[in-house]
Amino acid sequence: MNAPEEIRILAPTGVCGSGFSEKSFELALAQQPHFIGCDAGSTDPGPEYLGTGHTAFPPEAIRRDLRLMLVGARRLGIPLLIGSCGTGGADAQVELVRGMALEIAREEQLSFRLATIRSEQTKDYLLQRLREGRIQPLDPAPPFDAGVIERSAHVVGMMGAEPFIRALEAGADVVLAGRASDTAIFAAVPLMRGFPAGLAWHAAKILECGAAAVVNRRSPDCMFVWLRRDHFLVQAPDPELRCTPQSIASHALYENADPFRLVECSGTLDLTGSHYEAVDERTVRVGGSTFEEAQRYTVKLEGAELAGYQSILIGSVRDPFILRQLDSWLARLREKIEARVRMVFGDKLQGQWQLGIRVYGHNGTMGALEPVKDAQPHEVALVFELTAPSQAVARSLAGITRHQALHLPIPEWSGLITAVALAYNALDRGPVYRFNMNQVVLPDDPYEMFPMRLEEVA
Amino acid sequence: MSSLASLARLIRSKNAGPFVLTFDIMFEDEARYRRVRDSGVLTRERIAGLYNLPPDKVQLFFCDPALAVKASIPRPVTQGDVGDADGHGGQQYAPLMEIEVP
Repeated sequence: MNAPEEIRILAPTGVCGSGFSEKSFELALAQQPHFIGCDAGSTDPGPEYLGTGHTAFPPEAIRRDLRLMLVGARRLGIPLLIGSCGTGGADAQVELVRGMALEIAREEQLSFRLATIRSEQTKDYLLQRLREGRIQPLDPAPPFDAGVIERSAHVVGMMGAEPFIRALEAGADVVLAGRASDTAIFAAVPLMRGFPAGLAWHAAKILECGAAAVVNRRSPDCMFVWLRRDHFLVQAPDPELRCTPQSIASHALYENADPFRLVECSGTLDLTGSHYEAVDERTVRVGGSTFEEAQRYTVKLEGAELAGYQSILIGSVRDPFILRQLDSWLARLREKIEARVRMVFGDKLQGQWQLGIRVYGHNGTMGALEPVKDAQPHEVALVFELTAPSQAVARSLAGITRHQALHLPIPEWSGLITAVALAYNALDRGPVYRFNMNQVVLPDDPYEMFPMRLEEVA
Repeated sequence: MSSLASLARLIRSKNAGPFVLTFDIMFEDEARYRRVRDSGVLTRERIAGLYNLPPDKVQLFFCDPALAVKASIPRPVTQGDVGDADGHGGQQYAPLMEIEVP
């Protein structure tokens, strides 16, 4: 079979669950794409999603987008590739999206070959690779040892394009993958068909955010690429949305540390020589991007571990006498709380709980980095954050904090004061997680961390 | 002299993964972009000073096709960890706005 000279690619939106216009989607399908790709996850919403297995976008919203994509892809008989299912890409999250796909298939009477690719890593596998010296830090990376692996609630590997290619070669019509490089979802088909890697990865980088790279973004929507051997064209199907050379070039900056060199499992996309030209007022031609193959294939790890359980107390202060001595008042308060905790719990909790105090209206956003030190706000919001080994203890600590904060005196007033306005009592936040790794594995091959299952859906 | 905020069309900050914070300073036209780029006020040392880091921890890029300057630094607190106040890193750019450009 001769390779086609053009691959047309549709990205309905930046994240499955964030939405897109059905009208734009229909316009895009009329362009006869060769496949549809969609990213479905990220670390951006925070560690709790990998930690708990919840999804950042509501399940109902994921189902809505997934239905439109599945029905559209089956109508055209083209592959649908979805990566980072369920936000974190852990097994339970992939399974959740698979369940939705099966349900939609029944409701819409769709039949297809489904490949599910898992990305969650077992502790045994990671411990073995660690012993072999085949887990290495990126920069910056938190410290890593067997303890980090043991403490993790979930660890996923970020797959490259190869596991998608393997699924397509096995005849998959729909691929639901665990954690995947956002770009791998879109680079797989072009690489499989022998298109130049630099252009394939660059087009993928723009597509993975849907219409985010347009000038006049209003809400998440579709993006379309015509990939050819020596350039690609990019356009948003909604005729109201415009891509310009600057808007497309700028997209390489987004959520990325280095705008010229983007690291993938198999190498590095180099945009130093990329050029961007306007084709018409809403279409851009891109060329000149290159790809350097890596000496060693690497797979990035993402892990989340339990940091504790939190209760949160929100209050505010209006008294100018307290506000003018707020730092010292809070320092005294912290001492009082610590003393009271020792009185109530003895030494039992020593080193196992934390009190964080955020002062909104002063430095709540930037903390110690806040350059404005001496502003005099007329009121501030205080957020007390109690972290403990269990929710019950966190709640008790919040109770202690509440009582100490309410009545901590200042010299200007004599008699019992009530120093903090509380609209609510303490709120339980539940378990909180932290990202605990920024390391890569050196696997034997691109597949060993990403087992695939095929099934016929009819 | 003009403030960077008055010359840029967008100054923003965002996570680049959970461990890196990145800043984009974007311009509408070549003239303003070149004025800032060639003024020499945006240096690793300047950004290191604003964010209390050693200069060798700052990555700085001048991105001509995008008419943009980009800087990346290690995140002061890992995204979402206990003590992090800005999970998306979206409100950490204010100190850049007041940089004076000749």
